[in-house]
Amino acid sequence: MTADTSGAAITFDKIGKSFPKKDGGLVMALEDVSLSVPPGTVTGIIGRSGAGKSTLLRMVNGLERPTSGRVLVGGRDVGAARGAELREIRRDVGMIFQHFNLLSSRTVHENIALPLEIAGARDIAPRVAELIHRVGLTELRDRYPAELSGGQKQRVGIARALATSPKVLLSDEATSALDPETTQTVLALLAEINRDLGLTILLITHEMAVVRDIASHMAVIDGGRIVEAGATYDIFTHPQNPVTRSFLSGVTGLVLPAFIAGKIVAERPPVPSQEVIRITFAGQYATDPMLSLLTSQLGIPVNILAGAIEEVGPHPFGNLIVSLNAERGEEARTYLERHGLTTEVLGYVG
Amino acid sequence: MSANLINLLISSTGQTLYMVAISALLGTLFGLPLGVFLATSQRGELLSAPWVNKVLGLVVNATRSVPFIILVVAIIPFTRAIAGTSIGTTAAVVPLTIAAIPFIARLVENAIREVESGLIEAARAMGATPFQIIRKVLVPEALPGITLGLTLAVVSLIGYSAMVGAVGGEGLGDLGIRYGYQRFMPEVMLAVVVILVVLVQVVQSIGEWIAARVDKRAPRNRGH
Repeated sequence: MTADTSGAAITFDKIGKSFPKKDGGLVMALEDVSLSVPPGTVTGIIGRSGAGKSTLLRMVNGLERPTSGRVLVGGRDVGAARGAELREIRRDVGMIFQHFNLLSSRTVHENIALPLEIAGARDIAPRVAELIHRVGLTELRDRYPAELSGGQKQRVGIARALATSPKVLLSDEATSALDPETTQTVLALLAEINRDLGLTILLITHEMAVVRDIASHMAVIDGGRIVEAGATYDIFTHPQNPVTRSFLSGVTGLVLPAFIAGKIVAERPPVPSQEVIRITFAGQYATDPMLSLLTSQLGIPVNILAGAIEEVGPHPFGNLIVSLNAERGEEARTYLERHGLTTEVLGYVG
Repeated sequence: MSANLINLLISSTGQTLYMVAISALLGTLFGLPLGVFLATSQRGELLSAPWVNKVLGLVVNATRSVPFIILVVAIIPFTRAIAGTSIGTTAAVVPLTIAAIPFIARLVENAIREVESGLIEAARAMGATPFQIIRKVLVPEALPGITLGLTLAVVSLIGYSAMVGAVGGEGLGDLGIRYGYQRFMPEVMLAVVVILVVLVQVVQSIGEWIAARVDKRAPRNRGH
């Protein structure tokens, strides 16, 4: 740890990346990106396709170089490393891929042995056997990738990435080609590895559910910039950026049902109307029966339109969209906020 | 057909096999690395050397565009320098090899280009050197394609070898021309054609069998 005083496993320091265009201009893929990945955590970077997340991830093992700024991995400047020094850094950084990238000409155990052969390691066989056992593929050690399911292939990819005992594991949309059930088992394996080996995992995804399920920290990237970063729980409960909210709407109850979305107006109409509010429950409050209290103590009937209660890491967290009499909206919101909930007026329905 | 003619057919077949085998072997020895280099030396690729790539590409194209019979005659001084003589079966191996090298190189180049770029990226991410990527990823992954390419090259060499009678190369083609055509012995011509057809069939079948054996890209029955 020389240049890096924060103790982060990976530090992006004011990263910029531009690509030349055919007409001679420049495309800015990344602009002024700064982010620290705490050691031993699972950190998720979420963004739409083309947002720059893949370019950012590839800078950690030098598959891409920043045009400006520095990427530090364990205190070493990856962008400045060349040749043998860069290859040595790469052996400390494992990587798994959306399409697995396994060699079709090698069996499961030969694929896992590849990084060890490349590193010139001795006693490869016992190490490979141990890795195959860890990912639960002992029965399939002599199969070729074409004979495996997607989930099995990704397990081989994970074992291969762990072969040289790296300190950092990069995951490039590793579950995007898998069905939801297989995704869960692969994420569980990654979480287990993170826990058992203390490995820092940096993953990119376009699925908020992946971040929710295993990432303790997250960053949202849009148009080549980081628009929001922090602890996953904080961002799920208090999203600041519209891009974050749109990602969240897929996994939480943030979407307005269509029959309301069509009628909702921003200004309160002069006629008797319903106020539509979003309530975010977090921490201990997520388990309190706040809506019943609202009705029983203040006598305000509440109509639930949409919602979900789920867990982000170990914490329960919920989102509800409700409507109630607009004349008593202010009163209700004050009551809820006094009890630790977050509210937001989405609009009015006549 | 007289015993004499049968002996002639046997020795001619032997000569053809000798010429094709040696030129295919030497052609692979030089053509394989050349093909790998052509596939990996374009700008921004593994061994990025765009100028060398361009020059070699031009040389390969130039060699391939010369009709084989012209090539045989044109390089006679070179043949004499290498083989010590410009006449005979061994001398004929030189132009056959010169023709085989660029042909095999292009076939290998195509097979290597078919390897998914994701595999190269994965190997780079492991800290592999360009040479390790070629040896452990590109060549093994391209092996089914390379095998089929070499099969095609051997079949073409069997065809080319019929033309080296022009420099006293002998072999089946020469026998067919001298006896079958010039001495008007249709039974010799027929025998030569039948042997050539069988040779090509055998080479093609062996090539395809090997290619299928090394191709692990599709699931197959696991009967060991």
